[in-house]
Amino acid sequence: MAGSHSHSTPDQTHASTNAADHAAAEAADIASHIGAYVKVGVALLVLTGITVGLSYVDFGSRSMNIVVGMIVASIKAGLVAAIFMHLKGEKITIWRFLWMTTIFAIGLFFLTYLAHSDPISGTTHSTH
Amino acid sequence: MALLRLASSRIFKSPMSNPILKYLPFFTDAEVPHTVAARPDTGLYSAKLGIWLFLASEVMLFGGLFSAYIFLRIGAEPGYWPSGLLNVPVGTMNTAILIVSSITVVMAWAALKMRQLGKYKFYMAITILCGLIFLTVKLSYEWPAKFNHFGVFIKKDAASKYEEFLGNKHLEEAGQSPRWEITGHLLDAPKGSSYEHQAQHNAEHFAHETGRHDAVTPAEDDYVIQLDAVNANPTDKTNDRPHFWPVPMSNKIAVISAKDVESASVFAPRHSTYFATYFLITGLHGLHVLGGILVFLYLWLPVKGGVNLYKTNPEHLANRVEIAGLFWHFVDLVWIFVFPIFYLL
Amino acid sequence: MSTIATADVGHHGGTAPHDDHHHHELGFLQKWVFSTDHKVIGLQYGVTGLAFLFFGFLLMLVMRWQLANPGQAVPVVGEALRTIFGQTVMTDNGALTAAGYNVFGAMHGTIMVFFGIVPVAVAGFGNYVVPLQIGAPDMAFPKLNMASFWCFFTSCVIMMASFFVPGSAAKSGWTAYPPLAGIADLEGGNLWLNGQTVWLIAMVFNITGSLLGSINFITTIIQLRAPGLTWMRLPFFVWAQFVTAFLLVLAFPPLEAAGFMQLTDRVLGTSFFMPTGLVVGQTVAQTWAGGGSPILWQHLFWFLAHPEVYVLILPGIGIIAEVVANNTRKPLYGYKAMVYAIFALGFLSFIVWAHHMYMTGMGAKVAAFFQVTTVMISVPSVVLLTALLLSLWGGAIRFTVPMLFATAFLPMFGIGGLTGIPLAFNAVDLFLHDTYYVIGHFHYVVAPGTIFALFAGVYHWYPKATGRQMNQFLGKVHFWGSLVFINGLFFPMFLQGMAGVHRRWYDGGATYELTAPVLHWNKVMTVSAGILALFQLVFIFNFFTSWRTGKKVGRNPWDATTLDWDTPTPPPHGNFDKPVEVFRGPYEYSVPGHPTDFHPQSQKS
Repeated sequence: MAGSHSHSTPDQTHASTNAADHAAAEAADIASHIGAYVKVGVALLVLTGITVGLSYVDFGSRSMNIVVGMIVASIKAGLVAAIFMHLKGEKITIWRFLWMTTIFAIGLFFLTYLAHSDPISGTTHSTH
Repeated sequence: MALLRLASSRIFKSPMSNPILKYLPFFTDAEVPHTVAARPDTGLYSAKLGIWLFLASEVMLFGGLFSAYIFLRIGAEPGYWPSGLLNVPVGTMNTAILIVSSITVVMAWAALKMRQLGKYKFYMAITILCGLIFLTVKLSYEWPAKFNHFGVFIKKDAASKYEEFLGNKHLEEAGQSPRWEITGHLLDAPKGSSYEHQAQHNAEHFAHETGRHDAVTPAEDDYVIQLDAVNANPTDKTNDRPHFWPVPMSNKIAVISAKDVESASVFAPRHSTYFATYFLITGLHGLHVLGGILVFLYLWLPVKGGVNLYKTNPEHLANRVEIAGLFWHFVDLVWIFVFPIFYLL
Repeated sequence: MSTIATADVGHHGGTAPHDDHHHHELGFLQKWVFSTDHKVIGLQYGVTGLAFLFFGFLLMLVMRWQLANPGQAVPVVGEALRTIFGQTVMTDNGALTAAGYNVFGAMHGTIMVFFGIVPVAVAGFGNYVVPLQIGAPDMAFPKLNMASFWCFFTSCVIMMASFFVPGSAAKSGWTAYPPLAGIADLEGGNLWLNGQTVWLIAMVFNITGSLLGSINFITTIIQLRAPGLTWMRLPFFVWAQFVTAFLLVLAFPPLEAAGFMQLTDRVLGTSFFMPTGLVVGQTVAQTWAGGGSPILWQHLFWFLAHPEVYVLILPGIGIIAEVVANNTRKPLYGYKAMVYAIFALGFLSFIVWAHHMYMTGMGAKVAAFFQVTTVMISVPSVVLLTALLLSLWGGAIRFTVPMLFATAFLPMFGIGGLTGIPLAFNAVDLFLHDTYYVIGHFHYVVAPGTIFALFAGVYHWYPKATGRQMNQFLGKVHFWGSLVFINGLFFPMFLQGMAGVHRRWYDGGATYELTAPVLHWNKVMTVSAGILALFQLVFIFNFFTSWRTGKKVGRNPWDATTLDWDTPTPPPHGNFDKPVEVFRGPYEYSVPGHPTDFHPQSQKS
């Protein structure tokens, strides 16, 4: 990766003009995103209302309600991460280790659950 | 020890005679590249990579806590994982406040990127305010309310004696988990209990409100509890599922003999694994909110590394706001999960 | 982070020399104590860690005395220990008490792992060497680096202070298993000032320091590599530190969470790990509602502690790779395979943790899963070891002191690794669990494994840090003595373990009939440990005297190729005295047609 970038340093004036152009382009780009930020914010507030509302709907069992609640929460979390935290279009380096983190976090959840739900037969694993 | 003293005395006396000191004058931080400008091949300035790594570790920190939540909740016997004990409207309001602060912090960053300092200060002020409201609600209302709410877990073999408060027959017919706990305000505690003072205070309040003075029993080993609506009317179908608006307490009281009690405490961390996880996770989350507020204050005030940085290096200030904002969004993101798992489900 | 607002100095690592900064005169405190320079922080970590390694070793010596001579007064220092550690730990005549044995055992494990090896291997060598090897002027976040050390130092002070709280330090092992760890040390009635609570507080600081440091390492390696230093041109040591830092960032937080939980269990009376109906023999200062799970702690603990095993060994392998390439005067065999292997190792280390928990009664499905992953992880481990071994083949080996330690590392680590394979299998593990076999296994990995690698590293980079060589003769004395007696110390553990000697027996098994045929080994091990200690004194003497009297060296005394040998010796603040650029791989030794037998990375032709 390091080899891919240029080793020559452009002269100072050239660099600063470049930087100014770049900053102006970036500012225009950001201005175009502000609408999206507001929309996502409103969506998050609406989804919060939906989360609360759905928790009072009977989906057949408590676990089903939890699944539904977690799906809505994940959508909200996804919106925050993708738009507010700019993960959408984020650099590959960050994505790489976030994938790793996600895999290990899921492993942590899943295996503690599995260990709990798969005791040696004939023994109980009750904790209360 | 003597060797150490010898070494240090030499260093103190004549620094330049020490072979290392002669060659290593360490004064200020070295000039480290990529503190502001992105490295071309990664497209990142260092602090951004750093904050994302920090957030990755935070994912694992809260991941550990959430996996503990799952583990303990799955392992809890029926009736030992309560629901409906938290104030849902207040929680919803706090969720909305955090979401608004997330919007304003990203707007503050965008304003700075567009070099609009006035707007930046405005949005940042709202963010800080939202954070403070969130913490105030939590610390001055939600937590104290819990600390004055009492719960008594009844031993299973004694539960039939308290059927009028538990309603287990009704719950069984309705296909619900059994109920082992009687909750409300403690009016009288067994002698020697650490809750005696609190009980006395509640009893005075209760007498003042209702004119009843029968709450304090002569027996020395009884818990007397002013009941929550759910224990006052356990067979009421509307109590089978949690309410959105908190239901006012009843004026009914229950007298529970200490020998029938499995465990009894206020809604503090020690009460149950539910409240233990609730307080630990919301407490740790609250500390993150506090940390975020302090950083935002620093970036908002006219200090060297804060708003004053705008004059010399606005991009650097924007970067700082961006990474502080990333942290803040993460705190919001954690709350998005905390809210349903503790308040709603 | 905020080092210098105008640090827009372009995108190279080491840019201009910083001679103009050199003439301020600041005090000792700013130079050596509150420094943000990676080299000073590396030395701070390294020296603190070495001191703790020696201290942890001394704790073990007292325990070994007790195992070989149950109930007898510790010779010479017994009464001094009584004065220092108090009556909980030592009897009036200077023998170790049962509680004292638990204190020393718990603190030996804790100190060796979290206060000794990790600070030296990761934070010490990592801080000192990584920025030099990638051609950077410093770490990416110098102030964060200082914060990391001071977090660590705070944890050291708290952990040492815990020896002097009422009832002495923690007694629940370095694993701190609840529910016993949840109730331990609460008899005195003080919820905060007792061994186990203070242990947890110290661990929270220690973990925080590790997290800050590893975030810094990863950022530095990604962001501050010199121009031309592409990923596959990185010295293997940098790769090892990179993977290690990821393990720390992702595995430590769950233990921090678990530490908070055990802390609240003890001081707030929560029941995260306290089961319902727990009955204990003595009255304690807490009551618990119950409903918690001791197994939960084990999951969260081993989720860290298995990757932690690789945190202990990977930097060691990195050091060995540097030393082997340099002293065989040829490139590492299978450099790329080693890089892929170390990543595979890092990844797999996250999904093997429950092989420490076969005894908890897990079901067949889960046990099978963890057996498979555990056996799988031996594949990349063997790739690493084989590559290092094959690197020796056909080399014109220079048996310098670091190389002696490196060559000994290979078979020693091999023994440690291979004896671990039987433990991967559930059925065998149930028999060997908590016996001295396990103790022997992991001590071979970390003592003649990692610690030999650390010694190799000290002898290898000492000239760079001080400008002087360590005495080679004393180094050889240190090496041969250590090699012989460390085996005398650890090898009999396998024999005892297979005979069934349990790791926590205070009298070394004297009261158990089954141990009679293997009991005499206790004497052998204890004598070996004592002599091993004497040989470490040689090292300590050498370390401090060579500082002033060692042979002076230039920039590159080992004729090495990597960038760390391309700085002035010792490196000044900012490290490099010329712009750095990299043109080739890390280990171009004995390149045909090149006038010397080494071709430095920074040399254009």
